[in-house]
Amino acid sequence: MYEKDGEKYFVVDGHTHFWDASPANWVPGQEQYAKGWIECFHAYQSLGPPETHWSLEQFQKYPEEMMMRHLFDEGHVDVAIFQPTYLKQWYRDGFNTTETNAALAERHPGKFVVNTRWDPREGDEGLAQLAADVERWGCKGVKLYTAEWRGDSRGWSLKSPEAARYLEKCQELGITNIHVHKGPTIWPLDKDAFDVSDVDFAATNFPELNFIVEHVGLPRIEDFCFMATQEPNVYAGLAVVIGGLMHARPRFFAKVMGELMFWLGEDKLIFGADYAIWEPRWQVEGFVDWNMPTDPEYSDYGQLSTQAKKKILGLNAARLYGLPVPPELDLPVPAGPEGAEPLAAPASI
Amino acid sequence: MTGMATDQTAHTPGAVWSALHQVRDPELDEAVTDLGFVAGCRVSDAGEAVVRLRLPTYFCAPNFAFLMVADAYDAVSAVPGVDRVQVILEDHFASTEINSGIAARAGFVHSFDGQALAELDELRAEFLRKAVMAGTDRVCRPLLAAGRTPGELAELTLGEAPASADRERLRSRRAELGLPAGDGDPLLVDPVTGAAIGAQALPLHLRRARTTRVSVDANAGVCRGLLRERYGTADVSRTDAEEMG
Repeated sequence: MYEKDGEKYFVVDGHTHFWDASPANWVPGQEQYAKGWIECFHAYQSLGPPETHWSLEQFQKYPEEMMMRHLFDEGHVDVAIFQPTYLKQWYRDGFNTTETNAALAERHPGKFVVNTRWDPREGDEGLAQLAADVERWGCKGVKLYTAEWRGDSRGWSLKSPEAARYLEKCQELGITNIHVHKGPTIWPLDKDAFDVSDVDFAATNFPELNFIVEHVGLPRIEDFCFMATQEPNVYAGLAVVIGGLMHARPRFFAKVMGELMFWLGEDKLIFGADYAIWEPRWQVEGFVDWNMPTDPEYSDYGQLSTQAKKKILGLNAARLYGLPVPPELDLPVPAGPEGAEPLAAPASI
Repeated sequence: MTGMATDQTAHTPGAVWSALHQVRDPELDEAVTDLGFVAGCRVSDAGEAVVRLRLPTYFCAPNFAFLMVADAYDAVSAVPGVDRVQVILEDHFASTEINSGIAARAGFVHSFDGQALAELDELRAEFLRKAVMAGTDRVCRPLLAAGRTPGELAELTLGEAPASADRERLRSRRAELGLPAGDGDPLLVDPVTGAAIGAQALPLHLRRARTTRVSVDANAGVCRGLLRERYGTADVSRTDAEEMG
């Protein structure tokens, strides 16, 4: 919980990791990729305030105690959602697996939501593993990384029939939240890997599932916005937007927030600190303090209300995951599209 | 002044740099020289140009990287006095495939055997269309700020828009796509069909143009930040305020 100027915010960090990218975990022969991956992540950290930068060694592998302190003691986070990324082609025990995350979560009851993942290239075996993960940890969400390498394959698409089988399985197992993370490779490589039209396709075919596009589709914010505005079950994960722009590029941050509010609105935006790339503390505090600049350049963007910030920082994710929100931290009316327009609905019927 | 051959050799590095200045990151629509992507460039007395390129991350998308290396190779090859060209992409996961593919003039499909189905012309066109949309915002925003109505913009021709670098940049991207780009052609055209945007479709068109520009600018901002962290390139990383200026 974060309190500022008499307002209390229930904070759900929608995107967190407990990873091991230390050299001991690099797969022999794949060292350059394992090293390249974590160095790329580490460069992103440089976009945050200097006092929050870590050494590369610290960044490769960090202790549980430190993560708990950064998130819950200092970072104002009430509940954090683990988003696994396996990358077992490069990291022997995986980069950030459901198992490792869940083991940590079990030591701290009530603090974490454990999401799992799937990869349509894993066939029947992968479907069975998904069912086992859900049974063991009660997962309500999955994190998908379409750019993951597997053997000679450089990625996959949500349009594939194999992906549809997995989405059907999600529905059957009671998984409701599909977090999609785009990366630089897919098959075929001549197509734009960051294209979000496959999310559009899946969201249309699976209207009962929620699709949370992580990093708001960066670097294709425009395609993501044009798509999301047409799909009622598509949400924006703000990981990287706040972490990567609010400090380093404040003017671009303002414009990106203005665009997201225009095309998606305050009920569709989900905060995520993307730990350990960035610590949540400066992001939560900075976002609560942030206001749209008043220069004419921003005149066609609306201001963000305190209610909007409360939704984005936690109430929207709490709604998607059915997390209990203490009454004093909730809005006077329930969060969500239904609550946002309590008078409009009866009038229009 | 000495003989002609010597003069040409002395001027070649500058000419090579000028040629590289015409090479753009297709995704960001900016010159690779301005983005800090040229790590080095030298020309030997024998007329061999060696250009080293670098990118913000080890995992930057290989298709765009391939286009930049290919374009750099073509641009530098056309410089008088350059007889041989080597373009080397450094510190990238696909450096080997890209560098050897370009050197062999093998094309994208051959360079990424089994991973690609087509060459990159459609990808390039797709991003040129984005550049047209972003450029539309750059040209139209000042007009709207000065009090022109969207309806008035729908009536304007390209030649009637105030002369500016942004207008010429927009014109050149349209021409590359084969879209109408003459002074008498409409200022606002559909980036796919080239048809004029009518008054009714215009507000949404301008909104989309604005969003596209914000997206591309934000990306370029992130890329500059990552490149700076990777290579310590503070000198080529313009500040946020300057970029928005």
